[in-house]
Amino acid sequence: MIRAALTNRSLVIGLALSLIFVGAALVSFVWVPQDVATLDIANKMKTPSAAHPLGTDHFGRDILSMIMVGARTSIAVAVVAVVIGMGLGVPLGLAAAARRGSLLDEVIMRGNDLVFAFPSLLIAIMITAVFGPSALNAIIAIGIFNIPVFARLTRGAALSLWTRDYVLAARVAGKGAVRISAEHILPNVTNLLIVQGTIQFSLGILAEAALSYVGLGAQPPVPSWGRMLADSQTMISLAPHMAIFPGMAILLTVLGLNLMGDGLRDLFDPRIRRDRR
Amino acid sequence: MTYLNFTRGMVSALALVAAMTGTVGMAQAKTDIVVGMQLEPPHLDPTSAAAGAIDSVLYANVFEGLTRFGPDGSVNPGLAASWDISADGTVYTFKLHDGVTFHDGTTMDAEDVKFSLDRARAEDSVNAQKGLFAGITDVTVIDPLTVQVTLGAPNGSFLFNMAWGDAVIVAPESIENIKTNPVGTGAFKFDNWVQGDRIDIVKNPDYWGEPAKLDRATFKFISDPTAAFAAVMAEDVHAFAGFPAPENLPQFDADPRFQVLIGSTEGETILSTNNKQAPFDNIKVREALAHAIDRQAIIDGAMFGYGTPIGTHFAPHNPDYVDLTGNSAYDPEKAKALLAEAGFPDGFTTTLKLPPPSYARRGGEIIAAQLRAVGIETEISNLEWAQWLEQVFTGKDFGLTIVSHTEPMDIGIYANPDYYFQYDSAEFQKIMTDLTAATDPAARSALLKQAQEKISLDYVNGYLFQLAALSVANAKVMGLWKNAPTQATDLTAVYWAD
Repeated sequence: MIRAALTNRSLVIGLALSLIFVGAALVSFVWVPQDVATLDIANKMKTPSAAHPLGTDHFGRDILSMIMVGARTSIAVAVVAVVIGMGLGVPLGLAAAARRGSLLDEVIMRGNDLVFAFPSLLIAIMITAVFGPSALNAIIAIGIFNIPVFARLTRGAALSLWTRDYVLAARVAGKGAVRISAEHILPNVTNLLIVQGTIQFSLGILAEAALSYVGLGAQPPVPSWGRMLADSQTMISLAPHMAIFPGMAILLTVLGLNLMGDGLRDLFDPRIRRDRR
Repeated sequence: MTYLNFTRGMVSALALVAAMTGTVGMAQAKTDIVVGMQLEPPHLDPTSAAAGAIDSVLYANVFEGLTRFGPDGSVNPGLAASWDISADGTVYTFKLHDGVTFHDGTTMDAEDVKFSLDRARAEDSVNAQKGLFAGITDVTVIDPLTVQVTLGAPNGSFLFNMAWGDAVIVAPESIENIKTNPVGTGAFKFDNWVQGDRIDIVKNPDYWGEPAKLDRATFKFISDPTAAFAAVMAEDVHAFAGFPAPENLPQFDADPRFQVLIGSTEGETILSTNNKQAPFDNIKVREALAHAIDRQAIIDGAMFGYGTPIGTHFAPHNPDYVDLTGNSAYDPEKAKALLAEAGFPDGFTTTLKLPPPSYARRGGEIIAAQLRAVGIETEISNLEWAQWLEQVFTGKDFGLTIVSHTEPMDIGIYANPDYYFQYDSAEFQKIMTDLTAATDPAARSALLKQAQEKISLDYVNGYLFQLAALSVANAKVMGLWKNAPTQATDLTAVYWAD
């Protein structure tokens, strides 16, 4: 499996890109080139130099440091949102599959359809309009949007598993639906969940950037990639580096996570891999 | 050829010439203009709302008062051609211009003046600046062109008050629909309002005074700074009053297609402090706040250098202005010492609520960093104007906020203990009462200086800078106001150079 992973180009590139940003976020806890809380107005909008490899923003803050600390915000929001989505979506999906066709199934799946029908940004705007803009509310908004994704995926996969012989055997042995779901169904959908989790993770980063861009995500002074883009907007002709670098950070992270998701799917599902070769 | 035929011939010949010059009209100056601005008025009645955007569109263009502001802030005759003031300073007799009509064709006479003033000062009046009319005890019509206003006590700024956009003359015939169809006496008539997009005004052919040089003007509302930049660059708008992105101005300045007008406004930009909320009810804390702020960094960082530091709530271009920035010089060490003295050696946490303009949003981030340096943590929340008005201005639920007070000569707001920053000082209120009664220029000047010093040394608010009037226009547009002595975009003298 390890060798297969190493020969999978998308997985290697994706993993490398993702690790760079996770690494940058971790390093930022102990060291950044320049403190992002202190402003240095005299040195504003400087182009990249040795002292500031990616230049400075309109308040004279070091953009590399901002991106490193901003990675923390993006990753934290996206991870927690995926955890919320999985934590609620997977049990709902398992329950719906276990009681296929029942009222419970109907309620869960139609509820999911309802959430799914709303654009995620609209949900986020509704939540922040009621509770005020903050990173926490962004997490909740993105997390809610993740629930139906995981619920549907889990239910779909679990339904086919419920017809398998070993599940039948477990039922004959007298195991209840909860135990079967936990012992036989869940372990067999984990691969799928990991792949989907990676994709949702990258979507979470995009969603956080979008929310911060419109001012509904992390509030200043917490650095956020989306807000860095919003701040740079009117200065794009004066200091293009202020927009390019946070934009690149978002692009590369999302690209990396998507490649990684693709690679993992190839790895977990040998049939697709064979088809592709 | 009879006389009639001759004139007919002349007329058709003239028409032919006109038609010919019309076809070569490319060389002729344009007679229409599109003016961009950031905020759209909520409705079109300047006499019943505080929204400055209403005056930005209508003041001097559509509505006029007895007196009016000039581009330099001076008070000039408006609908009143002249006036006499009684020896004791309580009776003003205004002589109105003859032959003034409203845009609906009705005559503007002394009855309309009486109606407008009585309406504004009435018990149930919704005028946003009722204080302007508070001193009036009686308005009497002497004859159609003469109106007498009696004041309870002499008021040295009465003629100034009558120049405000809130004191324009309206007609009883058209008052019902004024919010959607404003009928005034100005050089332009209201034509059309496409909500969310633009307001059109057209030249009033029957104007009583110097007619407008433009035939048509459109106010286009563009709230997003990036879109504003693009609209000016693409020449979709010919002028942008109050350009929201100061960082783009050098770029316009370097472009020969545009002119950049940098003037002064009446906008004192302040770090408004809730004087009734702990710990800001402690003057030591407010003083610490004042010393923690580095004004120049805010002007450079938020306004890209445009703005004049102020140390009190008064416009620096006013002759009575006193430079009191020394009272609150940037000194973080002193700020820390004062906080310790006030019982907050480790600082405290408060809220900082910011309305949309860039001076507030960017200034807020800079101030938050400066306050953090002395131990004061701020929770920033960015609000839209409606939320700001509701939470901060009306609800008084805030610790700190940043806002620019753009009304002219508005130091009187400090005498109102219910005003949103809730400064309650009997001493200051007395200065203001004395000021209203004083008519002697020297005494007025002395009182104004005293008032400025009082609020500066009480550290009521953090005094940051005087907002600069930043406008961008096509290089060929002439006659725009450079300064903004009141909220206005006076187009009556604007024309296109050939």
